[in-house]
Amino acid sequence: MELISIAIKAIFIENMVLAYFLGMCSFLAVSKKVSTAFGLGLAVTFVLTITVPANWALQEYVLKEGALAWLGAGFADIDLSFLRFIMFIAFIAAMVQLVEMIIEKFSPSLYGSLGIFLPLIAVNCAILGGSLFMVQRDYTISEATVFGFGSGFGFFLAMIALAAIREKLKYSHVPDGLKGLGITMFITGLMGMAFMSFMGISI
Amino acid sequence: MSTETLDKPVVKVAEALLSKRRKKIITDPLSDDNPITIQVLGICSALAVTTQLQPTLVMAISVIFVMVMASFTISVLRNLIPARVRIIVQLAVIATLVTLVNEVLKAYAFDMYKSLSVFVGLIITNCIVMGRLEAYALGNKPYDSVLDALGSALGYSWIILAVAFFRELLGSGAIFGFKVFEAVGLSSFPNNGLMVTPVGAFIILGLIIWVQRTKTGYVEH
Repeated sequence: MELISIAIKAIFIENMVLAYFLGMCSFLAVSKKVSTAFGLGLAVTFVLTITVPANWALQEYVLKEGALAWLGAGFADIDLSFLRFIMFIAFIAAMVQLVEMIIEKFSPSLYGSLGIFLPLIAVNCAILGGSLFMVQRDYTISEATVFGFGSGFGFFLAMIALAAIREKLKYSHVPDGLKGLGITMFITGLMGMAFMSFMGISI
Repeated sequence: MSTETLDKPVVKVAEALLSKRRKKIITDPLSDDNPITIQVLGICSALAVTTQLQPTLVMAISVIFVMVMASFTISVLRNLIPARVRIIVQLAVIATLVTLVNEVLKAYAFDMYKSLSVFVGLIITNCIVMGRLEAYALGNKPYDSVLDALGSALGYSWIILAVAFFRELLGSGAIFGFKVFEAVGLSSFPNNGLMVTPVGAFIILGLIIWVQRTKTGYVEH
């Protein structure tokens, strides 16, 4: 039950894009067509589901205060938490590289459709944000996994919805200054408002 | 007389510290080539802190510091970094600087550190930092790179400060925590709750982009 509530919260109520502005760069840049948005959304979900639990393990067994106790008593009072950012980002970059290699090996067609977006995920704010939120909220391993998947799926949903709207938008008359980014901001705002109505859900 | 001037060896004049070209490097990103409104970069991390001016100011200063230092470092190292691993090198440099900012905030401004929470860390993945390193610092001299980074960081800062100004003014009726509307005797002025939510940020930013692009005449196709 707890896990479902975390998932619902991550997908709808505290949506990465619409509530925390994370991953906005790729959200705006890649949402012109539904098919590419679909590919990127999938890749982000995939990477988030892997990196959040993996970074959880990193945090729990290496970075946290006293986390190195399993190495011996002498290591028990070491606090490496100041290394968090650099370790997380290095791990995410390495993970993305690994995922890229695996996908290329086992599913060349998926690899082809994701293309350049896969390596770019390493610098997507939503991925690092997911890991940082996980640390801040003290999740357990199963909660972290569900949270990672949930936030990825939330990003996926928001992205597809925006891309679909923008495809239709091509046929409308938008003032010159608002074309592109401006109108997309307003649409995102309206979508955020719609997602806010999920706030009442509690399981 | 004329022969004398001709015989003088041609001395290559060092470019002035703030020559016209260099001034342009700084001023371009402020308006015509603004990283947020024109290039669509770096909207990610910082919008979330713009409900109030004070955290936004801290965020802006942090971004300026990180960008200038990262551009300088990468520019100095630009001939030593192999092209294949440059992304990792850039990330390592940025992450180190952000860790520095984070530790300083934690030590000297703990309340601010708490309220900014994860968003200081997210400067690492701010696309502007990475974008300027890739596009400029990797191929230019340190001083120029620093100016370029400063320009972009300032262009970014004034936009997020403008967003924060409107959000705090309309959302909680204050500027830097000072209750403006009460001070001028309009205490019945209602606060707009929408401005405090993320929706307010999107709409304010949309409006700023509209005004800014109409002014510069930039049209996206």
